[in-house]
Amino acid sequence: MYTQAMDLIPKGDGKPSVPLSATEQQLLDRFEARIDDGAFVEPKDWMPDHYRRTLVRQISQHAHSEIVGMLPEGNWITRAPTLKRKAILLAKVQDEGGHGLYLYAAAETLGVSRDELIDQLHAGKAKYSSIFNYPTLSWADVGVIGWLVDGAAIMNQVPLCRCSYAPYARAMIRICREESFHQRQGYDALLVMMRDGTPRQRDMVQDAVNRWWWPSLMMFGPPDEASNHSEQSMRWGIKRISNDDLRQKFVDATVQQAKVLGVSLPDPELRWNEAREHFDFGPIDWDEFWRVVGGDGPCNRERLADRAQAWDEGAWVREAALAHAAKSTTQRKAA
Amino acid sequence: MHSTEKSEAADSRDEWPLWEVFVRSKAGLDHKHSGSLHAPDAKLAIEMARDVYTRRQEGTSIWVVRSDQIVASDPGDKGMYFDPMEDKVYRHPTFYKLPDEVNHM
Repeated sequence: MYTQAMDLIPKGDGKPSVPLSATEQQLLDRFEARIDDGAFVEPKDWMPDHYRRTLVRQISQHAHSEIVGMLPEGNWITRAPTLKRKAILLAKVQDEGGHGLYLYAAAETLGVSRDELIDQLHAGKAKYSSIFNYPTLSWADVGVIGWLVDGAAIMNQVPLCRCSYAPYARAMIRICREESFHQRQGYDALLVMMRDGTPRQRDMVQDAVNRWWWPSLMMFGPPDEASNHSEQSMRWGIKRISNDDLRQKFVDATVQQAKVLGVSLPDPELRWNEAREHFDFGPIDWDEFWRVVGGDGPCNRERLADRAQAWDEGAWVREAALAHAAKSTTQRKAA
Repeated sequence: MHSTEKSEAADSRDEWPLWEVFVRSKAGLDHKHSGSLHAPDAKLAIEMARDVYTRRQEGTSIWVVRSDQIVASDPGDKGMYFDPMEDKVYRHPTFYKLPDEVNHM
């Protein structure tokens, strides 16, 4: 799942204002020339500190988003309406765990340890995508998350397959291959309720759409004019398409999907603009976005508490496994 | 470089070591590098690799290798190691022009 990491770079971590030495400048020029050539950067290549730090933040927060993203859907595993839906939901949540692994592995190639990354998450120093701070109130939410939230994630993730940092690009290729079923299963579940369901079930779907639409649009991050660090990220091939462009693509694709489902999107200003050849849509409540990203969304505290608890309660397993491994090694050496 | 130093530091901090995973799928002939994972020992590394890297590949065989056991060529030596192959085009079948009647060789 996506993270808005590049739009949330903390103060004081911009490009260095101290002028570079002649060697450093030469290295930087060569680096930027390689990026312009479309070359990929591997872990052992020289890279600017700022590039490395930006990527550690972006990739680790993307990883955190996958893991935290297992929680809102995990909520419904025991209450899925049929065995088929339960198996599908289990598979999806399992995938998200796997995606977290690919991304943590990619982040670790930049010289940071898993424990450090987990510490940052639990201490509130690292973020995850704002979308996972909303609650899943009904079974329809599970379908809507697949349709809208995974749909938005896919839109963000496809361009990242061409990210200049190769381990991240490779992880994204793997993730994109697996992500498509996530969106399709959600849409499929909603179709069943809209086409074959009762009026109450249809209302339930519409209610879920009403609650998840605007937060899904916020997944693409703040508008371009409010996104100070995008320029540098684009320059270095970390970000390929702007927030607003991606958001527009998503809206354009989703309107038709909503029509087929028979749901309305909760935006009275949503309409086709013939001149632009895109859908116009209403203003997004950026106050809500900054509040939720800043820690004051409906589920922020609960999500972090769940993650910290899982980590703390699992400590004995990690320690026991290591002790067992050490004991086996000693026994083998003695034999 | 960074990663070796960090993995030594990690060991001293009781983190599970890093393993690289190679999977041969049902349809495949070679083990392909699929990714990496942390595991405390070889047995768990194989089991976890099965869990996280063969969800769709119908893997028939898994290799795991501790990452610090892998020796890789230095990217800085890329030119020195691999450029000499560039001008040896006579290693390719297309270098040889044969009459049409026998060109299926």
